[in-house]
Amino acid sequence: MSESTTGRLVGAPIARKEDRRFLVGTGRYTDDLNRPKQTHAVILRSPHACAKIVSMDTSAAAAAPGVVAVYTGKDIADDKVGSIPCGWQITNKDGSKMVEPPHPALVADEVRHVGDQVAVVIAETKAQAKAAVNLIEVEYDPLPAVATVRDAVAEGAPLVWAEAPGNTCFDWHLGEKAPVDEAFKNAHKIVEIELVNNRVIPNAMEPRAAIGEYDAATDMLTLYTTSQNPHLIRLLLGAFVLGVPEHRLRVVAPDVGGGFGSKIFHYAEEAIVVWASRKIGRPVKWTAERSESFMSDAHGRDTVMRAKLAVDKDGTFLGLHVQNTANMGAYLSTFATSVPTYLSGTLMAGVYKTPAVYVEVRAVFTHTVPVDAYRGAGRPEATYMLERLVDKAAVELGMDRLEIRKKNFIRTFPYQTPVALEYDTGDYDATLAMALEKADHENYPARKAESEKRGKLRGIGYSTYLEACGIAPSALVGALGCRAGLYEAASVRVHPTGSVSVFTGTHSHGQGHETTFAQLVADQLGLTLDKVEVVHGDSDKIPFGMGTYGSRSLSVGGSAIVKAVDKIVAKGKKIAAHLLEAAESDIEFKDGKYTVAGTDKSKAFAEIAFAAYVPHSYPIDKVEPGLEESAFYDPKNFTFPAGSHVVEVEIDPDTGVVTVENVVAADDVGVIINPLIVDGQMHGGLAQGIGQALYEEAVYDESGQLMSGSYMTYSMPRAADFPMFKVGNHVTACTHNPIGAKGVGEVGAIGVPPAVINAVLDALRPLGVTDIQMPATPEKVWRAIQDARSKAQ
Amino acid sequence: MTAISLKVNQKPVSAEVEPRTLLVELLREHLGLTGTHVGCDTSQCGACVIHVDGVSVKSCTMLAVEADGCEVTTIEGLAQGGELHPMQKAFHEHHGLQCGFCTPGMILSAVDLLKRNRKPSEHEVRDWLEGNICRCTGYHNIVKAVLSCAEQTKEAT
Repeated sequence: MSESTTGRLVGAPIARKEDRRFLVGTGRYTDDLNRPKQTHAVILRSPHACAKIVSMDTSAAAAAPGVVAVYTGKDIADDKVGSIPCGWQITNKDGSKMVEPPHPALVADEVRHVGDQVAVVIAETKAQAKAAVNLIEVEYDPLPAVATVRDAVAEGAPLVWAEAPGNTCFDWHLGEKAPVDEAFKNAHKIVEIELVNNRVIPNAMEPRAAIGEYDAATDMLTLYTTSQNPHLIRLLLGAFVLGVPEHRLRVVAPDVGGGFGSKIFHYAEEAIVVWASRKIGRPVKWTAERSESFMSDAHGRDTVMRAKLAVDKDGTFLGLHVQNTANMGAYLSTFATSVPTYLSGTLMAGVYKTPAVYVEVRAVFTHTVPVDAYRGAGRPEATYMLERLVDKAAVELGMDRLEIRKKNFIRTFPYQTPVALEYDTGDYDATLAMALEKADHENYPARKAESEKRGKLRGIGYSTYLEACGIAPSALVGALGCRAGLYEAASVRVHPTGSVSVFTGTHSHGQGHETTFAQLVADQLGLTLDKVEVVHGDSDKIPFGMGTYGSRSLSVGGSAIVKAVDKIVAKGKKIAAHLLEAAESDIEFKDGKYTVAGTDKSKAFAEIAFAAYVPHSYPIDKVEPGLEESAFYDPKNFTFPAGSHVVEVEIDPDTGVVTVENVVAADDVGVIINPLIVDGQMHGGLAQGIGQALYEEAVYDESGQLMSGSYMTYSMPRAADFPMFKVGNHVTACTHNPIGAKGVGEVGAIGVPPAVINAVLDALRPLGVTDIQMPATPEKVWRAIQDARSKAQ
Repeated sequence: MTAISLKVNQKPVSAEVEPRTLLVELLREHLGLTGTHVGCDTSQCGACVIHVDGVSVKSCTMLAVEADGCEVTTIEGLAQGGELHPMQKAFHEHHGLQCGFCTPGMILSAVDLLKRNRKPSEHEVRDWLEGNICRCTGYHNIVKAVLSCAEQTKEAT
């Protein structure tokens, strides 16, 4: 479809407007930018997981060729640079607040994870900075470290922070315990499970980068950064870290090469380059090498979850008790604390009518990189636990794994769960039916028999998941401890000749907003797609914004755009009424034309725009000239995408290699603007989910060394690891936003991991294997098979 | 410093480089051709793939001095006269890119594949792309784009 098509663009699979610059190599990522008189920063990072800094000698580095400055934690402290803040305060069971240790941009006294930053060298070239950083002499006194959840909670474990006994950051709960206890008393059976949700590393392909630039003439600071939410970075950096008011600080996030959550957060390097640029009076650029990304980008997941499900004889769920222990890492990253609590604990009802649910979450510090939101953020952990547990319940009751799900599906809406959320719409039977059809479910037995003929094991796994997006009414999240509002802002500027610039506070780093949002606006105003430009990623251009995460951009950011366009249309009516000499109430706007109802008198949208800027004949006493409107949209509720994922695997029992044979995702992501982009989001999410289930794991050894610190040791999924995905949608519209959209960015990564592992277990169960933890690597699968065989003998 | 001369995107280029300068550094930092990206430091990700004398090469793993006398094509030199190369078109039509960071390397790698294998199977495409990591697309639409380009260019010749 061409860009000049008009009308009904919404719902059309339009190839993206933004593609061209990326296809011809003219995308502009942060590392592609170079500022006049720019210097280069290289950061010295701790080789120890935990150590006292006894002494540091920077004199040789400072004297090295090309070096402009060397700064340490002492300089940061002397300049009273503030701690990197955490954005969400959790309240403990007893009403006290979580432990919130300081997070300095450069550490002066004690390092707390491998990769912790202790000094920065700024030089004329990157090579000079790299050479000089090796000349800094640091004397460390290494101390015992804890890296895993299990080590952190062990009796007598070394403490990451003295103020956090037992390494506990917080101890939180949700739901009511008494009804759950009651359900367990009356249960026919209690099904128990313990699951590790493996720690993963987001690995956006563009490494993080930042340029700080101080302009002495205007006393303005500018930060160019690889961020998913430039305005939030401006708030955190300006108000909390550097003490710079917003009007003196500009944050630009140009083209950003993927985020997956890891670029939401405010990082120390952003503070360092901006602070240092003011000190030396020159721009300072820092770009991560991949090995630095591994030890400084916030990691994802890393929870140990125990759950008990009370079930009746017929498979009805009676009560659920979840105890989750979550690894926060060494410091609290921006949204870390909300992930296992409000983004995971609240999801424990899933798509099931479990009448009583009680969730306890203990968060612990460890000597590891901070853990924060990664594609799905808390919902994958909840989903993985629920869908594994439901499978286990079916097996223990001797029930069909699909029947037990259907038996407990929620079918009436709105539905209030026992864990705070109220679902507005959904149709879980419809997505399950679609998934089974796409999976050719009825012929599965034949495929299994065929695999067995070749000496292979075949398994099929299901996941009927639900998630919550578009977080959420600001008043609600504020009451729960969030330190920000979670609305979105938009501004729509109609130019004199009728073309339109849309300014959104969301940020696109692969999601295709420049196309999707243009489709929305072009349809609403009756314009062709090429008349609408979407602008994002610069705090000087965009009035305000909260950025892109939690699959919120269309449901919250798109809604703000729709509201702003509504205001444009309304103002245009007043202008049209004057020009058409009719009452405003008689003016209709449709297909880009203002018409006097019941007549053929009309004015095109472009004529109204022109009149607004050249107001010769104009209702000047009633309407201001110009045609530009802004809107802030605060969501009324979360949105609730849901769906069914079906995965088929084949396992070689001799090697333990799992081959993914069939991946089906049937999802309800609400109203779809661009199915091409929605399918693409699904594919990417599925790949990350399968990656977590089968390949990826951030591994720390006992001393806190990151063993999987490069692409040589961290298993990133490659093209040959996947089949073609089969995706489909069944739409129930979100009832409380003007678009009806729910969100699609994360559903693949949320829904699919349990489907993969349930398929692996389905294949191995006849051998006597009852459990396997992610990632189901060949070694783990092979060992599980051997263990089961030796037990059977 | 060592003086080198080469052709980059059909234009003659002379440069003075340190012996340790990587080819990707020459392209990005000396010549301003920032379409070639650096995504890792272990020659794994393939974001830096270019063509040297018509063959795909990871430009992070080749010294600039080794390219002396060679003909280099980067993503900036693939489209001719404003007209996208069929592989670029296929990536656009099939939504084979999201954030765009791996895209230049993916496209140049895929172009080299079709030079060697005019009609690759899906399996062959996936195997060939082993050295190119994409985190956004799940490879689905990349594979579709490469297969579609192979189909179309096969018909054209």
